[in-house]
Amino acid sequence: VLHVTRPLHTTQQHLAPLPPLPEKGGEVRHGLIPEEFFQFLYPKTGVTGPYMLGTGLILYLLSKEIYVINHETVAAFCILSVIIYAVKKFGADVAAFADKLNEDKLAGALAVKNDAIKYYEKAIEDEKKEQWRVEGRSYLFDAKRNNVAMLLEANYRERLMTVYNEVKKRLDYQVAMQNLKRQKEQDHMIQWVEKGVIQSITPQQQKESIAKCILDLKALSKSAQATV
Amino acid sequence: LCAAVLLKDTKLMDVKLGQLGSWLAMRDYTPGGIAGAFRRGYNRYYNKYINVKKGGLGGVSMVLAGYVVISYIWSYSHISKSKLCVWL
Repeated sequence: VLHVTRPLHTTQQHLAPLPPLPEKGGEVRHGLIPEEFFQFLYPKTGVTGPYMLGTGLILYLLSKEIYVINHETVAAFCILSVIIYAVKKFGADVAAFADKLNEDKLAGALAVKNDAIKYYEKAIEDEKKEQWRVEGRSYLFDAKRNNVAMLLEANYRERLMTVYNEVKKRLDYQVAMQNLKRQKEQDHMIQWVEKGVIQSITPQQQKESIAKCILDLKALSKSAQATV
Repeated sequence: LCAAVLLKDTKLMDVKLGQLGSWLAMRDYTPGGIAGAFRRGYNRYYNKYINVKKGGLGGVSMVLAGYVVISYIWSYSHISKSKLCVWL
């Protein structure tokens, strides 16, 4: 817990984010003399003042031989002319190249920042979607509850069917047993009756019945011949 | 109505000529003070001419020109031997 009695950030120096770099540096005329010098002399001497001052100074230095002309002057003159020619010819290209390097660095950093921002925005979107999904939880659970109830019902009905089938099988068995028993009794009785009848047919009765049959057949054959 | 600024806090360009002696006497000449002065000067030059987006040639060339002038001054006694007309 911070002590609230100690004031924080009371000075003005906390600049965050950093202010951007200034676009151009201080103006320099002819590559050597800052522009402020010309502005300083302008009210009193006008536009040509500093140039007259420069010419006078150079003549004074030459005439009093404070600046001595010797071999080094010739060397300086050659070197300076080459330098000035190179700057005038290639200055713009070198400046453009350096600017491009800076731009690339800046673009890389900006790309990193933008990627981070996009990533976090996407994360926010996903989080919102998840929150929306949570709202649908109740529907999900209702559906699941319905599923479970249906499963229970189906299971109950299956077992009911099993019970019914088992009971029916047992009852069918009993019915079949009774039928079988009656069938057997019937067959046995028929056999016994037939056996008794056959036994009771004496040989005398057999001859009589056969003779009768032959007479009947003859009569029939006569009547049949008559009709044909 | 602004309060009067102490002489100690005025900048060099705002000091009147008569106060120049007392102003110079009031500056900080301890080693820390001198180092601070060098650092302030360096920072001013650096932030004005070099630490910008599109710096030009002037920032570096002024330093080199100053170096050339100082080295000429330091070797003047040697160079003055090759004067064309020797008056002194």
